[in-house]
Amino acid sequence: MTGTAVDLIWLAPALALLGFVLNGTLALARPATKTAVSIIGVGVLLGAFAIGIAVFRSFVALHTDAPVVFQYWSWIPVGSLQVNVGFQVDQLSTVMLLVVTGVGSLIHMFSVGYMQEDPGYARYFAYLNLFVFFMLLLVLGSSFPVMFVGWEGVGLCSYLLIGFWFSDKVNADAGRKAFIMNRIGDFGFMVAMFMIFWSTGSLDFGTVFSHAPTAFVAGGGAITAITLFLFLGCTGKSAQIPLYTWLPDAMAGPTPVSALIHAATMVTAGVYLVARCNLLFAMAPVSGAVVAGVGALTALFAATIALKQWDIKRVLAYSTISQLGYMFVAVGTGGAAISAGIFHLATHAFFKALLFLGSGSVIFAMHRAYHASHSHEDAQDMRNMGGLARHMPWTTTLMWIATLAIAGVPPLSGFFSKDEILTAVFARGTPQPAWLVFGGLGLVTALLTAFYMTRLMLYTFHGPNRTGEEECRHLFEAPWIMTAPLLVLGLLSFAGGLLNVPELYHGNAWLQHWLEPISRSSVALLPETHLATSTEWMLVGIAVAVAAIGIVGAWRLLNLETIVPARSAPAERGFARVLRNKWYVDEIYDALIVRPIVWLSREVLWKRIDQQVIDGALVNGAARGTRAVGWANRWLQTGQVGVYVAVFLVGVLLLLWRAMS
Amino acid sequence: MLLSPALEISAVLFTLGVAGVLLRRNTIVIFMCVELMLNAVNLTFVALAQPLGIGGQVFVFFVMAVAAAEAAVGLAIILAVYRHKQSVSLQNMNLLKD
Repeated sequence: MTGTAVDLIWLAPALALLGFVLNGTLALARPATKTAVSIIGVGVLLGAFAIGIAVFRSFVALHTDAPVVFQYWSWIPVGSLQVNVGFQVDQLSTVMLLVVTGVGSLIHMFSVGYMQEDPGYARYFAYLNLFVFFMLLLVLGSSFPVMFVGWEGVGLCSYLLIGFWFSDKVNADAGRKAFIMNRIGDFGFMVAMFMIFWSTGSLDFGTVFSHAPTAFVAGGGAITAITLFLFLGCTGKSAQIPLYTWLPDAMAGPTPVSALIHAATMVTAGVYLVARCNLLFAMAPVSGAVVAGVGALTALFAATIALKQWDIKRVLAYSTISQLGYMFVAVGTGGAAISAGIFHLATHAFFKALLFLGSGSVIFAMHRAYHASHSHEDAQDMRNMGGLARHMPWTTTLMWIATLAIAGVPPLSGFFSKDEILTAVFARGTPQPAWLVFGGLGLVTALLTAFYMTRLMLYTFHGPNRTGEEECRHLFEAPWIMTAPLLVLGLLSFAGGLLNVPELYHGNAWLQHWLEPISRSSVALLPETHLATSTEWMLVGIAVAVAAIGIVGAWRLLNLETIVPARSAPAERGFARVLRNKWYVDEIYDALIVRPIVWLSREVLWKRIDQQVIDGALVNGAARGTRAVGWANRWLQTGQVGVYVAVFLVGVLLLLWRAMS
Repeated sequence: MLLSPALEISAVLFTLGVAGVLLRRNTIVIFMCVELMLNAVNLTFVALAQPLGIGGQVFVFFVMAVAAAEAAVGLAIILAVYRHKQSVSLQNMNLLKD
């Protein structure tokens, strides 16, 4: 207890849980309630955000490098394993707390408008509040198990919200896919936890990290295995190769959910985990390289797929995977680059939430237009849009800001965070050339990012209108409750870079210094890296040039006049078709993993083991055996009392004879 | 004294009873043979009460009481069966088989 507002930290998740309980009750008792649900749902989030700010201010005022840990009650006391339910307030968790509750509040507000007509309104807000509760548990937990509860909980909420419109089989399937893919990752997380407990005898962050230098041999097998298993967890939750395929399908959920869970907060949990355990990753250089390498590959791979998607949300989904890859490159690099990763996490939360909410407003408008004209076209296909800028000026402007930010145009937020990552990666490349490759991949990704985002904007908002005459008259800007959060996010996307203006531009690099206590212990373990100022300027120049080439290239290469609406569009040919079909990864997984498992389950486990062995041999076999024995012994039952008495007598005589001899 | 002849008589009576139960078909005769076996046991109890104490004689009264009750119930059952089947022969009573 510190005697300051930091002590109130428990209130933030408690408020979200309260929101879940109240909204959940309303969803069950009075599903049609709207006003009360909106007030509770948004209110608890704003409350949590206010508490976040208060906690943050008091924590700054404490001027402490050490984390403030609150242990509330003993949860799992088993022998030498002592796990308490506790929260940890430190530099990293406060940043995450503010991002989650801040962006979360805005998205809750947006949802009020977006979901207004939905019959499951109360249920939606109950799930959303529950998600925030688990997310706060995840970022505030002071030990691996508490974090794991949050980790699983956000997965559950993600499943519930992806399959929110579960009456369509596609949506329910997407939810299941997300859940199952995440289970694979969670298995890695759990194995890592067991191994950590085995080696250090504790699961509290503080104890584990203080024992780690003595418990592990740097670069040894144990620490490498632990970190790789942790990273397996991250690839599931944060959609990296090879477990990323659930995220594009997760777009089946309501758009604000995509913004909150599948862009801004939940999917960054893996980045947070690696940043939290940066000491462990720094002790295992191989794992660090794997994290950065997988991140770089994912970034490039997802960006190529995004080039040829037509569904506006799918482009953003692949863009999210790609940007998460960027963050993993940063946290895999480790040391001071952790702050670059968290910085990109924060700015990405701003601009990607803005992009998703913007696309939500577009889909909302398209839906209303199609509803008015009784048309059944796909409201998310960019080929059916075009020229929306005339009807939705606010959304267009704000989404352009986000696009320029994600493309890395100075001085928007994405420019600073992306540049920070590239600088750190190239700096690491001097002692370890592998990082030069990662940096190169990052630059190519930046080029593709600028290209596909510009493509998305051009197809959606510019060029000739493809919605149709009738629909055109019904295209309007969304109500203020939806545009107001967009405005705030637009401001943050624009100016978010101020969080961490690097010293190169005579800024104070606030976030980097703020996060120093988190990465201090790992910096010493990593090779000394430094880039000359001239090299840094050159990198900035290259990054800006790449962004410019991407944007201008998209502008010049794409011919907006030749696009035809989705229903009459021809199929792609050649390489474009490979990209359109996502490199056939889903099909490959289906052929290599899903089908063999289904075959094994159906042909062997079901038809052989279950039907023949268990049902046939064991269950029916027991019955058949009993019947056979009964049939064989029928002749004993004559029905003649005399025979029974005779047998009885023989038995008695035998017993007597046994007793006497 | 008379212990040995008494036990011998009761053994003979008991064997007669068993043989009757096994060999005769008429239910009433079988019933009487069962009574015979009970009384053979009673005789054993009484004879052995001489050297071993009064307990055997007390037990005889129990056996008599039970035998009386059994006779009442048993004869009633036989009567009921006779009304049903017009016979008291054991050979006709094999419903358990089916």
